[in-house]
Amino acid sequence: MIDLMLLVTIFFAIAMIGAALVAIRVKQISIAMLAAGLVSLLASVMFLFFAAPDVAMTEAAIGSGLTTFLFFFVLGRVRGDQRD
Amino acid sequence: MVYVAMVTGFILILMGLYGALTNSNILRMIVAFSVANTGVNIVLVAVGYIDGRTAPILDAAVPVAEAAVRIIDPVPQALVLTAIVIGLGVTTLMLAYAYKLYEIKGTLDIAQFSELKW
Amino acid sequence: MIKRFIVLLFLLGLGLVFAGLLSGYSADNELNLTGRYYAEHTAQDIGAANIVTAIIVTYRGLDTLGEVTVLFLTATIVAVLLGRGVAQKGKSLQRDLPKSGELLTTGSFLLVPLILLLGAYVFINGHLTPGGGFQGGAIVASAILLMLLTDPLRHFSHRLISIIESISGLFFLGIGVLGIFLAGGFLDNRIFPIGEFGSLFSAGAIPVIYSLIGLKVGAEFSSMLVNFSETEGS
Repeated sequence: MIDLMLLVTIFFAIAMIGAALVAIRVKQISIAMLAAGLVSLLASVMFLFFAAPDVAMTEAAIGSGLTTFLFFFVLGRVRGDQRD
Repeated sequence: MVYVAMVTGFILILMGLYGALTNSNILRMIVAFSVANTGVNIVLVAVGYIDGRTAPILDAAVPVAEAAVRIIDPVPQALVLTAIVIGLGVTTLMLAYAYKLYEIKGTLDIAQFSELKW
Repeated sequence: MIKRFIVLLFLLGLGLVFAGLLSGYSADNELNLTGRYYAEHTAQDIGAANIVTAIIVTYRGLDTLGEVTVLFLTATIVAVLLGRGVAQKGKSLQRDLPKSGELLTTGSFLLVPLILLLGAYVFINGHLTPGGGFQGGAIVASAILLMLLTDPLRHFSHRLISIIESISGLFFLGIGVLGIFLAGGFLDNRIFPIGEFGSLFSAGAIPVIYSLIGLKVGAEFSSMLVNFSETEGS
């Protein structure tokens, strides 16, 4: 049981690091924003493993939901400059 | 399990800082900062975890008398809850300033903003 | 190139600091003094089943007041930065907006009331279940976001949002000051009877305070979203 939790945690850790790598390295900025939202979403699942349901709810609603939408609002206004 | 989460959090902080320091697009720097922010939250939550215990909510499964030996530390969770909300505030402010800079210069490349460079 | 080298050097130093922290860290087997105090005293002192809520609203209530103030300042600065003058209001759009589909329009009619209801449920039950004012406020703001997605040019009343925000903020402070006169101190929740542990109307003023926080936070997030959305026409 404990080992299963450890395996799942390691899986989520690898997925988060992969998503963060995408968020930092990928060429299109819209994909980078989605990947940053994915990091937050995976983190909120991880908070659930660590017995923190309050934090998981906050992270899912605020860190992963609203932040991503705010990014896209701004990206929509500055079109034409999305590649670096 | 705690160590895995802490290592992940530290790696996320380092990756976020690397992205914020090496990218030249302001929006990408903000994205990188939000990744670093998530990393800090993971480290803080992992510090409060105690193996084999449950969430700090008292109900039928966790009676009041046994609370002290059944629940994990609630203080880091309260801190992280505050940190997430403030993190959104900081990100929003950065985005508003980035939009304002774009309106003035027509670009988001940090190298073009050279007025205060020395 | 030299810049990237300096960055890598800095991150290497920071990584060494983190490695030092990790190697010196040993997991606790029992609660520390503060955590133990909260675990043992929350039930009879505060009466809230969710200890995290008890800490946020009562034990560290002043921190939460500061947090709400920071959010208020953020919403104000965003409004000042992105708000348009009256003169520019009639300007035409830069680009044609795609029509929102039938599915989104109909779906938002069905979903917006349900989402608002869920938000209200989350912040009223903050002292019993996971959740509370901040999460509930974010859920309420996501209902506003859905309405914005359906019709990006929809005009939301800034006056209504700011009235909700200021009134709930005033009541939050008023309940805090009442705590000085009727109970132990500022933001003390025992101005109302603590009630039966685990029922909806328990934990004194916590449901009231957290509902007010939820309304305030929801109004602040909504004002940020509306301000960002209204830059479309400028």
